[in-house]
Amino acid sequence: MELIPVASGAESLAAHRQRLGPLPTLPSGPLIAELEASGLLGRGGAGFPVGRKWRAVAERSSGGAVVLANGAEGEPLSLKDRSLMAGRPHLVIDGALLAARAVGADDIIFYVGIEHRAAEAALRHALAERAADLRGRAHIVAAPVGYVSGEESAAVHFVNAGDARPTTTPPRPFERGVGGRPTLVQNVESLALAALIARRGHAWYQGLGRGRARGIGLITVSGAVNHAGVHEVEFGSTVGEAAAAAGGLNGDVGAVLLGGYFGGWADVDEQWGLPLDAHSMRARGLALGCGVVHFLPAQTCGVEASARVMTYLASQSARQCGPCVFGLAAIADATRRLAAQSPQTDDLERIVRWSGQLTGRGACRHPDGAVALLQSALQVFADDFAAHQRRRCLTIAEPARVAVA
Amino acid sequence: MGETLQIDRIRCDGHGLCAELLPELIRLDDWGYPMTNAGTVPPSLVEHARRAVDACPVLALRLARTASPVGRSVA
Repeated sequence: MELIPVASGAESLAAHRQRLGPLPTLPSGPLIAELEASGLLGRGGAGFPVGRKWRAVAERSSGGAVVLANGAEGEPLSLKDRSLMAGRPHLVIDGALLAARAVGADDIIFYVGIEHRAAEAALRHALAERAADLRGRAHIVAAPVGYVSGEESAAVHFVNAGDARPTTTPPRPFERGVGGRPTLVQNVESLALAALIARRGHAWYQGLGRGRARGIGLITVSGAVNHAGVHEVEFGSTVGEAAAAAGGLNGDVGAVLLGGYFGGWADVDEQWGLPLDAHSMRARGLALGCGVVHFLPAQTCGVEASARVMTYLASQSARQCGPCVFGLAAIADATRRLAAQSPQTDDLERIVRWSGQLTGRGACRHPDGAVALLQSALQVFADDFAAHQRRRCLTIAEPARVAVA
Repeated sequence: MGETLQIDRIRCDGHGLCAELLPELIRLDDWGYPMTNAGTVPPSLVEHARRAVDACPVLALRLARTASPVGRSVA
């Protein structure tokens, strides 16, 4: 395992160096070229090519850029970033140091979700062990609880002004970020993978993966499985293999949530053989996102599960943009009425209409993600939604088991 | 080079004047917030669009030049 330690607890600097050797001293140009050739995609959710992102910051930097290692991980169903930071903090630090060198940054900020205590402690200890490498350039900032705290403009806004709400873009952080300087905001798993690619070359990463998929990454498997948790997979492994990695399903499953709350629902039988891979999933209108694979027990009503998730996402609006504040609240209310089998006459019709009206109408993509998830639910649970509009439920009424933080 | 309408979603408070002055390109959602299409403003409507921009009480609407020639009138 490259990203998950065999032993429990945080890997020490000595163990890290023994396992991987010293950090290579590639200059910026060749390092970014390696990343581009590796095909590494960002692991925070959006899947943007990592090499291209580093290049964009490097081109704007004249030595005063900032690296913000994003470990906010506000996605309720994802545990992979906190596990990685808690288990392999030095690999994350390696990635941040390489990024700082590549983009010409003299400050590194580790932006870590305030509730991820083990991760923060491991990183703090690891940074102390690396004091000589870091020369006072790195520090930890606790990211406030909240789904949008990790959105990149929100992260920059928090560091600048103590306010973890997204800002109007452009300018994007790579243009003007922390302290007005070009800022690379990069998910911690992306940084860890970059540190491995820097050591082993792009061909190593390209050589991993099943079928046409390339590379490895972390996923979080939860719901109706025997052993929920974080797993390292070769991309191209299937949804069925993700279930097997988590000890198998512990009962009948009807649907699977892929990619997290900004991903989408899918029929589990149809997608059992789906390769977990950003490109294959995009081709099918799905998203790998941050690698969440959540199996919904068959006895849980999809409308009820949707109502809980939409209620959560509405509650997580930064409350700055009208369409997000009012639109998501209205959607959550109507979906809850449907779940309770006491809808108003046109609730289903309205959420269908609203789900097509919010995309692109916020400063950040929170409303976009929320309605994309709803649209997938309306497809996958189409019969359930129709039944609920008629005040009936097709599943045994039982509270949803979708965990909501 | 054309111009497109851009809305600062954080500033916009849903006053709705833009939709009154430019109903051809802006309509309001169920909560009174503007919905626009992303395309270039047709030359015949640029003056009206400018009036809508000037009328916004919170300066949330603007006309931005787009580098892309897509949508430019060739008539």
